[in-house]
Amino acid sequence: MNSTTTIVSILLAGILTSNMVLSKFLGICPFLGVSKKVNTALSMSIAVTLVMVISTAVTWPIYHYLLVGGLEYLETIVFILVIAAIVQFIETVLKKFMPPIYKALGIYLPLITTNCAVLGITMLNITNELDFIKSLVNALAAGLGFMLAMLLFSGVRSKLETADVPEFLKGLPITLIAAAIVSLSFLGFAGIGG
Amino acid sequence: MKSKALSVFTNGILKENPVLRLVLGTCPTLAVTTAAINGIGMGLAATAVLVCSNVAISLLRNIIPDKVRIPAFITIIAGFVSVVQMLVKAFLPSIDKALGIYLPLIVVNCIILARAEMFASKNTVLPSALDGLGMGIGFTVTLTLMGTIRELFGAGSVFGLQLIPDAVEPMIIFLLPPGGFFVFGVLVALSNAIARRQGKRVVEHLGCEGCPSKGACEQCENAVKEGKADE
Repeated sequence: MNSTTTIVSILLAGILTSNMVLSKFLGICPFLGVSKKVNTALSMSIAVTLVMVISTAVTWPIYHYLLVGGLEYLETIVFILVIAAIVQFIETVLKKFMPPIYKALGIYLPLITTNCAVLGITMLNITNELDFIKSLVNALAAGLGFMLAMLLFSGVRSKLETADVPEFLKGLPITLIAAAIVSLSFLGFAGIGG
Repeated sequence: MKSKALSVFTNGILKENPVLRLVLGTCPTLAVTTAAINGIGMGLAATAVLVCSNVAISLLRNIIPDKVRIPAFITIIAGFVSVVQMLVKAFLPSIDKALGIYLPLIVVNCIILARAEMFASKNTVLPSALDGLGMGIGFTVTLTLMGTIRELFGAGSVFGLQLIPDAVEPMIIFLLPPGGFFVFGVLVALSNAIARRQGKRVVEHLGCEGCPSKGACEQCENAVKEGKADE
């Protein structure tokens, strides 16, 4: 019972209250760059969620069984290389065994290697001292939170395209200000799952 | 020769300011600028990594095979980030605490990879070092400016020094995530307004120059366009 409630609260926190993009500012590049259309936003976030969960499943044991006990300072360098290898691996596997999925997600995979959300979540799991299952749940929640933010924002942006924006705010500035308002609405979730 | 070196150096501070003109490294820009001092800390840490990685990559530019250059760059950068991370942890524990996870995340900061890809892998050591220094200072100055604005409005102080009397309620929203997006949006709008007046390019979207995923990104831009054509 107790562990179920913690898992639910991790999920709620990751998706709503401490959303990856809107409150931790991780993964801003895809959030602003790939959110012009709902379909692309969805595919990108599925790819990110997949990579986040798999990377956590690999980096957690590496940290706790290989690096703990003197090698902790190698965390950054090991994690980024492992993530790069995982992304490459997923790409190859999908290409070989699941061509339709590869076709849908393939082009987003290279973008993910240098996505700070993926490296960020694997490191946050270590910093927050979560156990293996909780880390996986946390990664899933972060991915779903990323997806929610991307989908919401791509909706906002498709409205922005046709909006009459003052000349000096056109382009990036109005996108950022719209993001501020979306982020403001997420502040309203603070307190849920406390 | 001297003026060329100077222009490489100043390029990063004003004309090609990494944050406002190239729009790289958005994540740390938004995340750590809740206080002016954090802006300086983050900026200097990134500058140190940028100068070192630019020098190392420039030295190795003829040795690293083209095909594996991105993983090689990332490994070099990650090495320097670990060094900086350990130094900050040892000598400036308060900054380490304030920057938290964003300090190791300098590895994936697009500014550093972008300068490696665009500049250091094509130039000799000295210009690369100057480019790294200029870009780093541009990054630091912009982050400090943003930190100052957010700290002034959000907490009524600058560098911890109380400027606005207690009687005036500070606008905490500036310290919260929406404030980060908002202040950054306004700063980009201002820099765009100046650029427009001088007849220069206006920044419309995130900087992609030198991004390792540029190919994929252009593809997804095309995918977006194709999707639109279908409708």
